[in-house]
Amino acid sequence: MNSFTYHRATAVQDAVQDKAGHDGSAYIGGGTNLIDLMKENVARPTHLVSVGKLPLADIENLPDGGLRLGATASNADTAWHDEVKSRYPLLNQAILAGASPQLRNAATNGGNLMQRTRCYYFYDLATPCNKREPGSGCSAIGGFNRVCGILGTSESCIATHPSDMCVALAALAPTVRVSGPGGERSIAFDDFHRLPGNQPEKDNTLEPGELILSIDLPKEGFNKNFSYLKLRDRSSYAFALVSVAAALELDGNTITDARLALGGVAHKPWRDQAAEDLLKGQPATVETFARAAAKVLEGAQGHGSNDFKVELARRAIVRALKQAAEGTQTASDVFQNSNP
Amino acid sequence: MTQQPTNSAASAGGVAAPPPTGPVRLTINGEEHTLQIAPWTTLLDALREYLHLTGTKKGCDHGQCGACTVLVDGKRINSCLTLAVMHEGEDITTIEGLGTPENLHPLQQAFVDHDAFQCGYCTPGQICSAQGLINEGKARTEDEIREHMSGNVCRCGAYVGILNAVKEVVDKESLEPRK
Repeated sequence: MNSFTYHRATAVQDAVQDKAGHDGSAYIGGGTNLIDLMKENVARPTHLVSVGKLPLADIENLPDGGLRLGATASNADTAWHDEVKSRYPLLNQAILAGASPQLRNAATNGGNLMQRTRCYYFYDLATPCNKREPGSGCSAIGGFNRVCGILGTSESCIATHPSDMCVALAALAPTVRVSGPGGERSIAFDDFHRLPGNQPEKDNTLEPGELILSIDLPKEGFNKNFSYLKLRDRSSYAFALVSVAAALELDGNTITDARLALGGVAHKPWRDQAAEDLLKGQPATVETFARAAAKVLEGAQGHGSNDFKVELARRAIVRALKQAAEGTQTASDVFQNSNP
Repeated sequence: MTQQPTNSAASAGGVAAPPPTGPVRLTINGEEHTLQIAPWTTLLDALREYLHLTGTKKGCDHGQCGACTVLVDGKRINSCLTLAVMHEGEDITTIEGLGTPENLHPLQQAFVDHDAFQCGYCTPGQICSAQGLINEGKARTEDEIREHMSGNVCRCGAYVGILNAVKEVVDKESLEPRK
């Protein structure tokens, strides 16, 4: 780890000003990803602005019927919050599918959105990586890319966003409230993370110095028909090869509303609204689900060692939608599902 | 109490300027300590290198193995992935604060009774993690305990004993309704 100076921010304004006053500085929340990256010399901030103790840890109801998830609430406290469990069980499941209890206790909600890819080459200083060192090249293209993306990739980068929580959030479509030198604003979740294009060093659309304050969920939580299906190399404590957040509103056997988002396949949590539209008004059958899966994967492209992800994703989408339609998933099923 | 490191890299003839150290006040196992440490000192290194509380182990140093698990305000975290300076004003409990050789913590006794270790390197982290699991009150069944202990890896493969040890203590303490 390189040397750095440290400031524990006392208020949001203090954090934003302190960050703006230090070139090469970074915010630190729980630190579970940033400190790891600093140990690997992938991140080398000269100054840390600690925001973990800012009074942003509340989870509270919003006047419009939604729920505000404070940026510094831990992933664990968020997953186990009564309102999250009862109204947004898809989010509960996705958070608990990620990391380990220790990491979920330390990691913050804001930090979950800000965590960086686990692409091997991003961590390996000995190899080129456009995300780590813009312009140096992409070693994953033509290299080992089992964990890499199949949708929305570019010639510069095929890395994936590693979060589980963010896949459920993509399906639930909250807004992200941020504060920065230019004031406060809200960003639609789907616009928060970005595709790599020719600037893979940019994971998201935050302006320099902006700090996440909260994630504001809308009222609709899809708490009856939902599924978070995560497929990985071991049954716990591993990143997703493919994950699917599926949520349905049903009138009898007819789908009246649908949400569908994938993890482990793209540079951002991959919500496909065209596939959702295709589900609406249709009977909740395997044939319908297969058409939606085909739509999601229309432009999917493997890169060698991750070719299997295209077929895996197709099957996972169908299975997750089937589980959602059957309405059999409850929070406690997570434990059963994780132990085949 | 102020303590200096015994094997500081800075004293080994380095060329860098002296690191910006500052007093960091930590409460470890109920005792207050003031350490002169650099901000990049992890909680794990502060415990082991400055306070000589070597019960907490450094395994992978990247949050993947759980050997460094400690309790902060009763919640289990990886001490390798957090800075000591981030924990001023919080109550930190290490394996040394759970039990003593003369007065074993129930989890320590259960680990002995169930042969829940071989080399023992992961054991302090396993036990602190299990205490965190009990504090959380979410895991009761064997499957749930397996899932909620997945952040602690045992290279000797003593998982059967670990599961039985944790289950025994969870069963004894699970008279309260599930949280």
